[in-house]
Amino acid sequence: MAAELHVALVAADREVWSGEATLVVARTTSGDIGVMPGHQPLLGVLESGPVTIRTSDGGTVVAAVHGGFISFADNKLSLLAEIAELSDEIDVQRAERELERAKAEGDAAAERRADVRLRAATAR
Amino acid sequence: MGAQLRVYKRRIRSVTATKKITKAMEMIAASRVIKAQRKVAASAPYAKELTRAVTAVGTGSNTKHPLTTQAETVRRSAVLLLTSDRGLAGAFNSNAIKAAEQLTARLERAGQEVDVYIVGRRGVAHYNFRERKISESWTGFTDEPTYADAKKVAGPLIEAIEKDTAEGGVDELHIVFTEFVSMMTQTALDDRLLPLSLEEVAKEAAPKGEILPLYDFEPSAEDVLDALLPRYVESRIYNALLQSAASKHAATRRAMKSATDNAGELITTLSRLANAARQAEITQEISEIVGGSAALADATAGSDR
Repeated sequence: MAAELHVALVAADREVWSGEATLVVARTTSGDIGVMPGHQPLLGVLESGPVTIRTSDGGTVVAAVHGGFISFADNKLSLLAEIAELSDEIDVQRAERELERAKAEGDAAAERRADVRLRAATAR
Repeated sequence: MGAQLRVYKRRIRSVTATKKITKAMEMIAASRVIKAQRKVAASAPYAKELTRAVTAVGTGSNTKHPLTTQAETVRRSAVLLLTSDRGLAGAFNSNAIKAAEQLTARLERAGQEVDVYIVGRRGVAHYNFRERKISESWTGFTDEPTYADAKKVAGPLIEAIEKDTAEGGVDELHIVFTEFVSMMTQTALDDRLLPLSLEEVAKEAAPKGEILPLYDFEPSAEDVLDALLPRYVESRIYNALLQSAASKHAATRRAMKSATDNAGELITTLSRLANAARQAEITQEISEIVGGSAALADATAGSDR
């Protein structure tokens, strides 16, 4: 059995996902980072972007994360986000509408949020 | 029906209606307490992880940050007071306000100026009525606060603490909120939120002397701390808002329960009085009839003779 790491994806008001994984890829402010079991203890600032979690049973969990932190120690990885959504919770049509609206209004933050949602939803 | 009896009947009807309302409010509050408690519990993992992360940066680096540096002389403090938008919650709001006033008095005795920030219409009304200055206030979300609300509250406070005291900033931030201890006990308390003492946070995160690993900071310890501390403050404020909401609902439930009990007692007393009035009326009628027939009998007996 491959080594595993315990992942907890936590939003400010709920625990979004937790379980065992073999690889987690997230986007920090200085670029994408992949964490596998046995990684050096790490604490980083996340950009909003999709987070990919390869679970130990071979599945993949994708979540849209908007700002937050990644921290890893003792094979325990926590992803803290103010807002986090799993890809299958994302309403694609709504996100598309949001994207259109944000583009029309020139709201860069909203556009980025909708874009991250869509990318997470399509990466599933 | 006699006038007095009618008055009693009317009062019983009105108290019964009041009792129905308070009973309904009690039930609504009871279900809201449970919902609010669940929200407090749901926010716990985030708060815990965040505390851990703050401790990790605090112990793993010697980074200085305006949010953790204690000013040599504190000249101005901010007090954030959490009250509710609606009343009917017993002493909930007045306890919180009283705690805030005690804290304000204490700070002023120490020679500090105090800026007051208020959440909740009740607290705002209290200060406005006394024509006291409020630096900023927020209303409309105290029943079910969301994280976005906490962010909205935290923003200007963090800004104020980062500003120089000479330019209108503050050196310390205190928060007054109502801690939800249990369904029966809620206590108003004050707490110093900023500047954050990293030692205390560390004690909270690892009470059993757990040793934290040496983290690799991405991109750097300063940047991580920069991003982390405001989130930590937001999460503390969020937690306080949630606890205040739960406490408010618990206080409402208790207040409405005693209102319902009192209404029940009042109804019993009033029905007794109404019964007595009815009985008195009947007795009076009987004695009138008896008196009347006796007079009649006397009259006929007199004419017979």
